[in-house]
Amino acid sequence: QDNRISIWSAGDLGNAGLNGEYHGEPHLLCDIQHNGDVMDMQFLDQERIVVASSTGTVTIFRHHQNNQTLSANHRWDKAHYHVDQDTSCGGAACTGVVCNNPEIVTVGEDGRINLFRADQKDAVRTIDNADSSTLHAVTFLRTTEILTVNSIGQLKIWDLRHQRNEPSQIFSLAGDRVPLHCVDRHPNQQHIVATGGQDGMLSIWDIRQGTMPVSLLNAHEAEMWEVHFHPSDPDHLFTCSEDGSLWHWDTSTNVSEKPSFLHQGGRSTAYLSHSTINQSVVSAWLSNDPTKDRMEITNLIPNQTLSVNSLDVLGPCLVYGTDAEAIYVNRQLFA
Amino acid sequence: VVPGADSSSRQLCFAWGPAEVLVCETLFGRAGGSRSRCLSRSPCPSRFWGEGRAGAAARALTDSVAGTEDGAPSSSRVFVVRRDQDIYIQTLRKLFNESHGIFMGLQRSEEELAGKSRKAQLVQVSKNYRSVIRACMEDMHQAAVSTRDPALQGQYSTQVSILSAMELIWNLCEILFVEAATAGPLLLRLLDWVRLHVCDVDSMVRDVLSSESPAKHKLFWNVVDIFVLQGRMDEARHLLSKEASTNPTSMNMYKILDDLMKKMPVPSLSNTQTLTELELKWQHWHEECQRYLQDGTFASNPHMESICKILLGDEDAILEKKELMTTWYHFLVTRLLYSHPTVKPMELRFYAQSSMDLFLGGESSPEPLDLILMAAFEFEMHQVIKECSIVLSNWWFVAHLTDLLDHCKLLQSHNLYFGSNMREFLLLEYASGLFSHHSLWQLGVDYFDHCPEYGRVYLELHIERIPLSTEQKALKVLRICEQRQMHEQVRSICKIMAMKALRNNRLGSALSWSIRAKDAAFATLISDRFLKDYCERGCFSDLDLIDNLGPSMLLSDRLTFLGKYREFHRLYGEQRFAEAARLLLTLMTAHIAPCSFWMTLLTDALPLLEQKEVIFSAEQTYELMRCLEDLTAGNPDKQKFQDDDVETTKVEMLRLALARNLARVIVKEGTVEGS
Repeated sequence: QDNRISIWSAGDLGNAGLNGEYHGEPHLLCDIQHNGDVMDMQFLDQERIVVASSTGTVTIFRHHQNNQTLSANHRWDKAHYHVDQDTSCGGAACTGVVCNNPEIVTVGEDGRINLFRADQKDAVRTIDNADSSTLHAVTFLRTTEILTVNSIGQLKIWDLRHQRNEPSQIFSLAGDRVPLHCVDRHPNQQHIVATGGQDGMLSIWDIRQGTMPVSLLNAHEAEMWEVHFHPSDPDHLFTCSEDGSLWHWDTSTNVSEKPSFLHQGGRSTAYLSHSTINQSVVSAWLSNDPTKDRMEITNLIPNQTLSVNSLDVLGPCLVYGTDAEAIYVNRQLFA
Repeated sequence: VVPGADSSSRQLCFAWGPAEVLVCETLFGRAGGSRSRCLSRSPCPSRFWGEGRAGAAARALTDSVAGTEDGAPSSSRVFVVRRDQDIYIQTLRKLFNESHGIFMGLQRSEEELAGKSRKAQLVQVSKNYRSVIRACMEDMHQAAVSTRDPALQGQYSTQVSILSAMELIWNLCEILFVEAATAGPLLLRLLDWVRLHVCDVDSMVRDVLSSESPAKHKLFWNVVDIFVLQGRMDEARHLLSKEASTNPTSMNMYKILDDLMKKMPVPSLSNTQTLTELELKWQHWHEECQRYLQDGTFASNPHMESICKILLGDEDAILEKKELMTTWYHFLVTRLLYSHPTVKPMELRFYAQSSMDLFLGGESSPEPLDLILMAAFEFEMHQVIKECSIVLSNWWFVAHLTDLLDHCKLLQSHNLYFGSNMREFLLLEYASGLFSHHSLWQLGVDYFDHCPEYGRVYLELHIERIPLSTEQKALKVLRICEQRQMHEQVRSICKIMAMKALRNNRLGSALSWSIRAKDAAFATLISDRFLKDYCERGCFSDLDLIDNLGPSMLLSDRLTFLGKYREFHRLYGEQRFAEAARLLLTLMTAHIAPCSFWMTLLTDALPLLEQKEVIFSAEQTYELMRCLEDLTAGNPDKQKFQDDDVETTKVEMLRLALARNLARVIVKEGTVEGS
């Protein structure tokens, strides 16, 4: 097997053609071999990338921008492993990684949660047997709290300040315990969380109240692999699935009513009273009344064949990768 | 042929694998003089599976071999013979992935479009395939240029030439079969084809054009000749004009030749002229050229004379330029251009055969590529496919080409002896090859879907043997099986994953897999495991799982019991004793609890019986007593346990507690309220 971590350049904006469209293809800058399947990865900072492997190893790669090379900076072998030594390698896949420089949290098929620090050789903290099933994804709720989802349909909050190895709260779906595969938190309102399930259902949770999701949206026909709120424009949500589609969920109905929080990286302050802000923004994702707030849902892939495994979105750019070994870059998302 | 395996001195034994064949030398010497087969292209019925299968099989083989003779250790080697080596070439992956996309598009395309629009669609598909081949050729070329390892470089260069041959053949098939060009446009297409593929001249052309005075370049006339041979009149005239300007004496000759070349009638793609018109015009023009030649107009300049002869279609004159044309099919097209521009498709075969004979002239024999092209010119599609299958090392080319030709409705149902037709056979072979790859197997699934006769069976056999290294991969395989209602495979895969999870002590994962497969038996197994843990340790592990079972509790009786039992403990912990008592009783009377657990349940009832408050009613107490009696009296084996002190003590304590409770409750229930 030959798996590689690669860095691609999707081109400069300066090369735009007459219509402002970019015509070139992304080209490969550098790559490096990787042991095992890449299950998840995230940038730790401008130069370092944390990669989770199916062998249970977590590696930090450094991208040297001056000579365009990649090198392995640090590695935690056997971050995730199974107890049974009969299996040949004993490693368990590391399924999710999330970073908040310098902290790195990883979860895996062994139900273990690890907390690493980028500069330390050993794990700062490990919660063994945090879950009796596979943990599929992890994300930060606050700087000291994380959210995990598992394969028996539970969303758990863990408080890393406490030393006990129990989640501080457990949420679960009503009805069948469908495994949850991905989780993301609203960038600005930390109580709104979105998860995607094995049946392709998108669930929106309000973690301040109740233990069940606020809304369940029937989305894809197969596993939803990733869900992402747009980091600067959180009225937009993106989900991708095994059925080969990538959906763009748009709840920004009346732009004039709602304050726009972030535009192109800057922060515009909106001078509205506190109650108005809460009212107009909260209703977007947590509303149960479909007639009041329209949601536009578009499939961004015209000819879908194989699964879309992963996506990411930043500003006007959307990038996603499919099982047909292709990467697509869309640089004009909101055009 | 397996390199290194010496079949002449030792007998070879082999074992089938799902994607590979293991070949091993034995200690037995060769008896007869039988030749070994070419093992690299065998189909494979697959019965071997499991992780590390190649290793296990190898061990089994060497063990069995070493056991023969007098136990002397054999220095036998085990060869792993793989069928489709090509799928492991990195640069070809783009070819496989992109062509998969085109293939799927073709299968889903509108069948209702008739006539011209359908044909245009099919031609577009063909062009797409070709552009993918060319893109791959580019990548391969880049790789060959940039690598420093000479062995790799050789390999890449070979691949480039194979790909270019494939594109050549495909392009010709597109012209003759898919587009089915008619007389007139046929020649134009063939000219394009030749110009595109005989590119040895490009560097020469560049040299001459970029030199200061092209007319003085020693290769000048070669370039003019090749332009004429390829029917590139404008470019030839342009170059000639340069020569004319430096040599004013031949101005007259030049003007006439230029004029002739300008006036030459060629078929056009639009319908502005009919074939008859073209033929007439061409006849006129031909006679004019003839006149000038016979008048000796070009006698003083042998180059120009030879050009005029070429324009007249003089075979000898054209053959003189053999080195420039390099191939017999170039010769063929040039011949046609200058002697039969309105050639009909069905006439091609005669000209092709004679062209090849004239060109090769008995010096060299035709190569496989030549035979394939000849078969195409003869419109023998089956022959083309057969020859390609033999020559090429993997099934990609023939599978996709045959599929396209089948969509053009050109292949008669040519039933092969084991029942499926040729298209299906080739697609099955190709897709089976894909399945031995750790990630390209996903493409293979779609190919099997479009093989109506045997696709499903092949898929069922192959999909179970994909190694499931991570849960995500297992989920993908499962989704494929579920979408195709392959229930047996779903159950089998879920069982494998659940067993793996169980062995790794991931009880929650195991349960999640059995829920997916709706496997009640496995859920029972997991519950038993939980209950065993509880009995041994006195507390439950993985409470987060048991407390949150939800409706999946109903999957199996044992699971339901587990959930309810845990609920009992919870109720007890919350001091809701009456409810706890009722639940406990229901567990036994409704036979939700397994008999083996009744003792534990009754023991759990003890503290409830001993409470200050009376919890169990008289009815309930009688029920409990009955359960106890059923338990102790029913099984004669229990006689043995009578000797076990703990057991007897327990039973006695229970009897005592029950009796006391009964006494209290009778009094309580008999007491009249108030008064």
